[in-house]
Amino acid sequence: MKKRFMTHALGMVAASALVFTGGIAQAKDSITIAVPSFLTGGAAGPFGIPAMNGAKMVADAINKGTLPAPYNTKGFGGASATLIELDEGGGATKQVAEYRNLVEKRNVDAIVGYISSGNCQALAPIAEELKQFTIFATCGTPRIFEEAPRKYVFRTMGHATSDNVAAAMYVKEKFPDMKGYTGINQNYAWGQDSWRDFDLTLKQIMPNSKASEKTQFPKIFAGQYGSEISAMSLDKADLIHTSFWGGDLEAFIFQGAARGLFKKKIGVMTVGGTAAYRLGKKLPDGLVLGARGPYGILVKDRKSVLNQWFVNTYKNIYGIYPSGPAYQYGQAILAAKIAYDKAGSDASNEQLADALRGITFESFSTTIEMKLGGGHQAATENGYGITKYDSDEGENVVTDVKFYPASCVLPPDGIDSVDWINGGMKGAKC
Amino acid sequence: MLRDNTSKVVFIGGILIIAFGFFAPNWIVNQLMFGFSRALAILGLLVLWRTGLVSFGHAFYFGLGAYTVAILDIQLGVTDVFLRLFGGACLAGLAGFLVGFIMRNYRDIFFAMLNTAISMVLYGIIVKTESLGSTDGFAISLPTIFGVAPETKYPLFVVITVIAMVSALLVNFYLKTTVGRLTTPIRDNEIRVEYLGFSVAHAIHLKYTMSAILAGGAGALMAMSLGQVDPDSMINWTVSGELVFITILSGPGNVIAPFIGSLVFEVLRTYAFELAPHLWQLIVGGTFLTIIFFLPGGIWSLIVKFGRNKS
Repeated sequence: MKKRFMTHALGMVAASALVFTGGIAQAKDSITIAVPSFLTGGAAGPFGIPAMNGAKMVADAINKGTLPAPYNTKGFGGASATLIELDEGGGATKQVAEYRNLVEKRNVDAIVGYISSGNCQALAPIAEELKQFTIFATCGTPRIFEEAPRKYVFRTMGHATSDNVAAAMYVKEKFPDMKGYTGINQNYAWGQDSWRDFDLTLKQIMPNSKASEKTQFPKIFAGQYGSEISAMSLDKADLIHTSFWGGDLEAFIFQGAARGLFKKKIGVMTVGGTAAYRLGKKLPDGLVLGARGPYGILVKDRKSVLNQWFVNTYKNIYGIYPSGPAYQYGQAILAAKIAYDKAGSDASNEQLADALRGITFESFSTTIEMKLGGGHQAATENGYGITKYDSDEGENVVTDVKFYPASCVLPPDGIDSVDWINGGMKGAKC
Repeated sequence: MLRDNTSKVVFIGGILIIAFGFFAPNWIVNQLMFGFSRALAILGLLVLWRTGLVSFGHAFYFGLGAYTVAILDIQLGVTDVFLRLFGGACLAGLAGFLVGFIMRNYRDIFFAMLNTAISMVLYGIIVKTESLGSTDGFAISLPTIFGVAPETKYPLFVVITVIAMVSALLVNFYLKTTVGRLTTPIRDNEIRVEYLGFSVAHAIHLKYTMSAILAGGAGALMAMSLGQVDPDSMINWTVSGELVFITILSGPGNVIAPFIGSLVFEVLRTYAFELAPHLWQLIVGGTFLTIIFFLPGGIWSLIVKFGRNKS
């Protein structure tokens, strides 16, 4: 170990000497992109592994030049990319240490990924400190770009506010007679934020419906929801909102379905998309399902060439249809390609950031406008559908899919989400 | 106080490492900072372990120290590294002193699990309280040192190394005093110790409070060197387990052992993470088993063996 340690240290010295004496920038043949995602623990199955698969598939196609037009040029600005897989587990503090390792020890060119909002929130200031070009793929908290302006950090999907505003709008449209609603959300930042946004939006757009006084906040990864399900069954509310995800969501669906909860109440699941392909027949019909944007099961039938390529290639390689996280990681890698194509494979972090800031591009399933957070935060449409098991095909489908444009479910640039909702969602164009 | 061999090695080793850090690349300085910060907590656990007590909940004090730094920074705007460290260590020490009244009556598995219970209460409170950062935690600004805001992390590294040296020397000194020597005797036969005229409860209470202060200091330094606190990395039971793991990895033989053990752990985890992103826990766990099977005295026993063969 010690010997290895020393050679590594010497190697670092030699490498930095080269960097300082070299000076002349040359187009690179290869770049390294670190892709962090949950590879161990409960979030790996429903989120981390599909996400990593999506990233690998897209990066591979870019290296070979087999993506459909207009992305059919080979490589990232001509350079072929090596992906470094990285586990996102262990808490934000551990991720901060690993992020520093990525930049200072392993000298990666770009970092693309992250699922947990806690991790993204912790890493955004570190990325700025180290001046490292970073694209967040999936994490949801709106606070990242509302807290401080960022220079090197981007996020290529809409934030959590749009999930819950869109859910409320969908409810208003499809269930106008809804009188009361309750919720079950994990008792931590994600669950608390999600419920707050949903509740505040409904108060604005359906003032006649009432929030239950007994909303449920079990602790994260609890796994057992018997008492909560009983309480909600007795509640007068006719709708249940949940932002559960991963294993917790699947446990809740199983336990709720067994007690007929979803026959009595309308279930609204903002992160339900990942369960659609995994649960098959066990997913109850009639759930209002979201995928945190236009991804996964909601867009399976979109006919664009890019989307059909994504769905078919993924199905061929991995044997199932791509869920939301696969799309989200795939499009984040695509954004890296666009930045490199524009700035060149030898571009500095500043040049890469300049190349991505404020652009609009066509992703696999939707158009992405980098127009919030000073051009660093994506705005996309967001939508919901209702689950139905298709016994002929032997798979779940969604019906009544409805999408709301970005300008309808996201605040204009520079306005905090909560202020925007409370102010009656001024400027929303639906 | 500086006459024995251990103290000399701590003193000279510390100075050499400070000098080495000046030339080392950033990531090595980071690993040294994390390793030395955590080693303080291990130092406290080592004293307890020699007494026959294993705490599976010292993340309570570790987290208390770390969160004190966060609150001092965010609520009160305290930036000075020593004030933050003092705050974290004192609060953890006070908590340890109070909890010690209960803990000193329990041994074995009861001692271990009661500590876990207390740490998980703090974990639960923080996870459920939005104003304490919930699961997201807080970012912490880089500390100032004597009123000067450093440009790099090197000055903080020097502070951490000096604190680590001083703590190692103090604990080494303590273990040579009469009260300090009451470790193995308590483990072996409490009744005899009582008949010798010492109070076992008092001795354990003192050691427990000491370990709480050290763990609090460790958490405070860790928070400052990482620039981030969150409950999963600072207070969860897995962190307590990690501390016990490193204690066993290091071995109870000497106050230098925790520092070597922590560094080995830090490097092991970094490389396991890098080389096997899907299986890194397996590598860390495998090392743990190997140590228990083949090196029950920890890494320190290797050093002792090596030293004997040489002379």
